[in-house]
Amino acid sequence: MADHLNTIRDAVIGGKHGEIKGLVQQALDAGLDPGAIINDALIAAMDVVGKDFGAGKIFVPEMLVSAVTMKAGLDVVKPRLAGGERQSRGTIVMATVKGDLHDIGKNLVSMMLEGAGFKVMDLGVDLSVEKLIDQVKSIQPDILGLSALLTTTMPEMQKVIGELKTQGLRGTVKVLVGGAPVDRAFAEKIGADGYGANAAEAVELARRFAAAKA
Amino acid sequence: MLIVGELINASRKAVRELIETKNAEALVALAREQQAHGADYIDVNAGVFVGREPELLTWLVASVQGSLEAPCCIDSPDPKAIAAALAVHKGTALINSISLEKERYDALLPLVAESRSNVVALCMSDEGMPETADQRLGIADRLVNGLVKSGVPLGNIYVDPLVQPVATNNAFGVEFLQAIERITQAFPGVHTMCGLSNISFGLPERRFINQTFMVMAIARGLDGAIVNPLDQRMMACITTAETLMGRDAYCMGYLKAFRAGKLAAA
Repeated sequence: MADHLNTIRDAVIGGKHGEIKGLVQQALDAGLDPGAIINDALIAAMDVVGKDFGAGKIFVPEMLVSAVTMKAGLDVVKPRLAGGERQSRGTIVMATVKGDLHDIGKNLVSMMLEGAGFKVMDLGVDLSVEKLIDQVKSIQPDILGLSALLTTTMPEMQKVIGELKTQGLRGTVKVLVGGAPVDRAFAEKIGADGYGANAAEAVELARRFAAAKA
Repeated sequence: MLIVGELINASRKAVRELIETKNAEALVALAREQQAHGADYIDVNAGVFVGREPELLTWLVASVQGSLEAPCCIDSPDPKAIAAALAVHKGTALINSISLEKERYDALLPLVAESRSNVVALCMSDEGMPETADQRLGIADRLVNGLVKSGVPLGNIYVDPLVQPVATNNAFGVEFLQAIERITQAFPGVHTMCGLSNISFGLPERRFINQTFMVMAIARGLDGAIVNPLDQRMMACITTAETLMGRDAYCMGYLKAFRAGKLAAA
């Protein structure tokens, strides 16, 4: 049993996207618990990938191919889960703020959060304060991740946090911020709950928030 | 090849401090050094100073031009900051940049036309960032036509097709290169330019990718770049690529670089 899990784990870390479906199927055929395959192989592999990326041992394309592999494996397991829906570590809404169309960094972070077992709702780019507040109300996420790549759009993050306060929602959701011009000092100044310098840091923060809540 | 020296950018920590302490002398020295290494324009960027950008960008232009004869590349996404800096600029500035994003386009178009500046036309629209050569060409078409209709001469326009990281999509390098070639062919007389270091985001030893990509882009028609002119290897690559593209009569540019010792050290 541990063999199957190790093989799947290594395949995700190695980005073997052509082989993963067969390996997961073999594990299922051997009677392994779908939940164990997800948590102890697929997600566990992405934890390693995230740490290696954060440490500069691997690079963006390697992280991408691991995530693609993980997702392909997940697609095989999902139909076998009792009740269909697996338990997530928490729900995260991701968005690039209004006036800003940059999404490469945000997409990488979304992907790694999904890989870490969170349910991620990526709203895309150019999201106004009003739209974000509406989505927070209807989705009720545990975490709101905001991205800005321009110095001119960074202040939007502050507006979102301000509006969350005004509407009495600030206590319900943790706000994570990131993007090239954003730094820890700015995040503290605008009252965000956390700042991630890269995808690995963002995942680490999200995990910490989820643990604190559990 | 139009070279814009990129070093006076407040997102670099050392430069940010020089601006914060209003150390005009050191900034002029940095401008002068870039000019001596081949920069035609000195880029000035104060984007990290949220709220104070118009004031500081204006100060940067006035400081650089106070003791150096060099046109500036006024680098900001904020039309207000560009307008303020342009008001004190001497000579022909390069505005960096207009795009097809409506707010930015509407605010900058009259400014570009009235000031008779050169302008970088960035291939970005409200629909997002272009990924394919087709999308880039579509945006470039609307930008170039809009600018020309407002009286901006074709030769004043530098289309930036927008470089995206090849680490996130295999096709991003080749789509950009095709866009350069197709824009150059579709609008004879228009220039192209880019800051190309984004191509290597997410990969190690970025300088190899940046240098190789520069040479490939020049081979497709690129005739402007925002670079670090103190990077001797990059500058040697540019000089050599231009010679090989037939843009260097009697190889004089190459030989001049050789005699100045710029090739040996690279």
